[in-house]
Amino acid sequence: MSVFLNKDSRVIFQGFTGQHATFHAEEAMKIGTKVTGGVTPGKGGTKHLDLPVFDTVEEAVQATGADVSGIFAPPPFAADAIMEAIDAGIKTIVVIADGIPVQDMVRVERYRLGTHSVIIGPNTPGIITPGVGKVGIMPSHIYSPGRIGIVSRSGTLNYEAVAQMSDLGLGQSSSIGIGGDPVNGTDFATVLKAFEDDPETDAVLMIGEIGGPQEVDAARWAKKNMRKPLICYVAGLSAPLGRRMGHAGAIISSESDTATAKIDTMEALGMFVVRNPADIGATVLRAIKS
Amino acid sequence: MNIHEYQTKDLLKHYGVPVPPGRVVHSDAQAAMVAEEIGGARWVVKAQIHSGGRGKAGGVRVGSSIEEVRVIADEILGSLLVTHQTGTEGRLVRRVLVEQASTIAREYYVGLVIDRATRRITLVASAEGGVDIEEVAEKTPELIIREIIDPAVGLLDFQCRKVAYKVGLKGSLLPQAVKVMKGLYRCMRDNDALMAEINPLAVVDNDQLLALDAKMSFDDNALYRRPAISELRDFDEEDPKEVEATGHGLNYIALDGDVGCIVNGAGLAMATMDAITLHGGSPANFLDVGGGATPEKVANAFHIVLQDPAVKIILINIFAGINRCDWIATGIIQAMRDQNIKMPIIIRLAGTNVEEGRAILNDSKFPFIIASDLNDAAAIAVAEINKIVKKVAPLEKEHS
Repeated sequence: MSVFLNKDSRVIFQGFTGQHATFHAEEAMKIGTKVTGGVTPGKGGTKHLDLPVFDTVEEAVQATGADVSGIFAPPPFAADAIMEAIDAGIKTIVVIADGIPVQDMVRVERYRLGTHSVIIGPNTPGIITPGVGKVGIMPSHIYSPGRIGIVSRSGTLNYEAVAQMSDLGLGQSSSIGIGGDPVNGTDFATVLKAFEDDPETDAVLMIGEIGGPQEVDAARWAKKNMRKPLICYVAGLSAPLGRRMGHAGAIISSESDTATAKIDTMEALGMFVVRNPADIGATVLRAIKS
Repeated sequence: MNIHEYQTKDLLKHYGVPVPPGRVVHSDAQAAMVAEEIGGARWVVKAQIHSGGRGKAGGVRVGSSIEEVRVIADEILGSLLVTHQTGTEGRLVRRVLVEQASTIAREYYVGLVIDRATRRITLVASAEGGVDIEEVAEKTPELIIREIIDPAVGLLDFQCRKVAYKVGLKGSLLPQAVKVMKGLYRCMRDNDALMAEINPLAVVDNDQLLALDAKMSFDDNALYRRPAISELRDFDEEDPKEVEATGHGLNYIALDGDVGCIVNGAGLAMATMDAITLHGGSPANFLDVGGGATPEKVANAFHIVLQDPAVKIILINIFAGINRCDWIATGIIQAMRDQNIKMPIIIRLAGTNVEEGRAILNDSKFPFIIASDLNDAAAIAVAEINKIVKKVAPLEKEHS
């Protein structure tokens, strides 16, 4: 798929010389991702992984033509790093950090208004387009090229779904993690639209969870605008009221936040709904055969 | 992180929000002293626990004499308050707030939330104060007034006026309402709160606005830069297992069932609970070991899950991405040895280093039950629980 990460994407990493960014940049390069360099303030002019290091994102963009950035800055510094990437005109900004203060993201989203930047995350495993590359922390070996688009909040549940699909011989066009935070950069509907427009995607699997209106909003959008089959799963059927289930955004604050309410609405809208997480792969197969 | 009502009121006072004169106390004698000190003819004694519905549970009572205040404080302090949020076992009251009682003419609701759809802080107000705002929102949504706040400029005066007029705060109450709303907003913004509400915001004698009850909760992820807020944390109000888990970098939430769960990733942890439930079982907890879990972290997870006496079996579901199945397996064996675990352990491993992990489990002498996938794991867990429950069921009958 060509919207967020494609064969022409030129990738940089912010926080490049750190331990995590180093490991995941190497992993990304192993599967063919075009990594052009990275940013670590104070280390500009040096080399890391045989690639140039810059002091600022602006310099990195000027020198390498980068249009995708993977941000590996720790949570207290992540908001600043995202805004620096927006300022430098980066198109796709992938934010791995788990634990960015919510009000920081409120300010980031305000700063992003009117720009062409798309923020994927925070608190996401990232993006992978099998056969092309990845910006993220997912184990690339479990993915394989194919024609199913995946969008999910959770990382490991995404892996679970991929494993079930692989057992049935189904590969992925792209897999996008929008992250588990209450205020995130890109919602489900935006990613669904990208998959709907992508000629390399035949069907889309949406993996949501309790809390917030995004899953239902996306299903409503899909009902009106999507011709490709949409398969939906919502985790947290057995989650209690008012508790944050690991993800900052996974909290049932009202009736409409529950998994049951979301699933019922999606079913009423005519989506392919998965109730048992063990049936994700089988339901995707059923959807593309119908 | 949640804080007590008296702490919220102290904070709000610093932002110019008027609150009744009062103080928190730990004994009935102190309660009487405070009532005397603040003066008045009637006082309200309010149990300080992290829960709504305290009034209905008998935790908020009015006394008309100093002696009556003392007696009420004595009765509430040390009692177990049962509300809709505490569970049937109730919550021990360790302190009460003693305040001057007011004559209430009208009650309003004013609150701030982070609206996930607009990704902004939103001011919410209603002329229907003093009641559950969720109920008002559901039954009479037209009575809820909303104003979205642009973080670049903050809550503006005209927005406050708009909201005040719409709920009917006019005349001499208008400038007071603007001050309250702006104070509440600054308090939320400056302290990284996730929500802040005054309910009720009351009109009392002489047309004064007063925050009679207030609640705030804070962003755990921002506590590193809010040391004054971190100080307000009351560990007595939290599940000790959850506190221990946080200390070990684990995410644990106690539930009512008997299948202990150890999973990596929040989404997969919820899905695992769901799979158990769909097979007719009941999860005892949510537990996410996170990414890059070391053997020690896995062993700590066992320690926390096993503190719950209801746990009869443990289901481990790992899909390793940045985790390593061999580290997880090593941690499981460490826990089995050190914690002398006898109950059935069902393990599903997948992802990074899965072969090494399975080999470690096989080489040990422990009778693990290995599941091939998520469905298999949940089905086995529920079958194992049913075996155990059948064995103990006759005993339970004798007791009843």
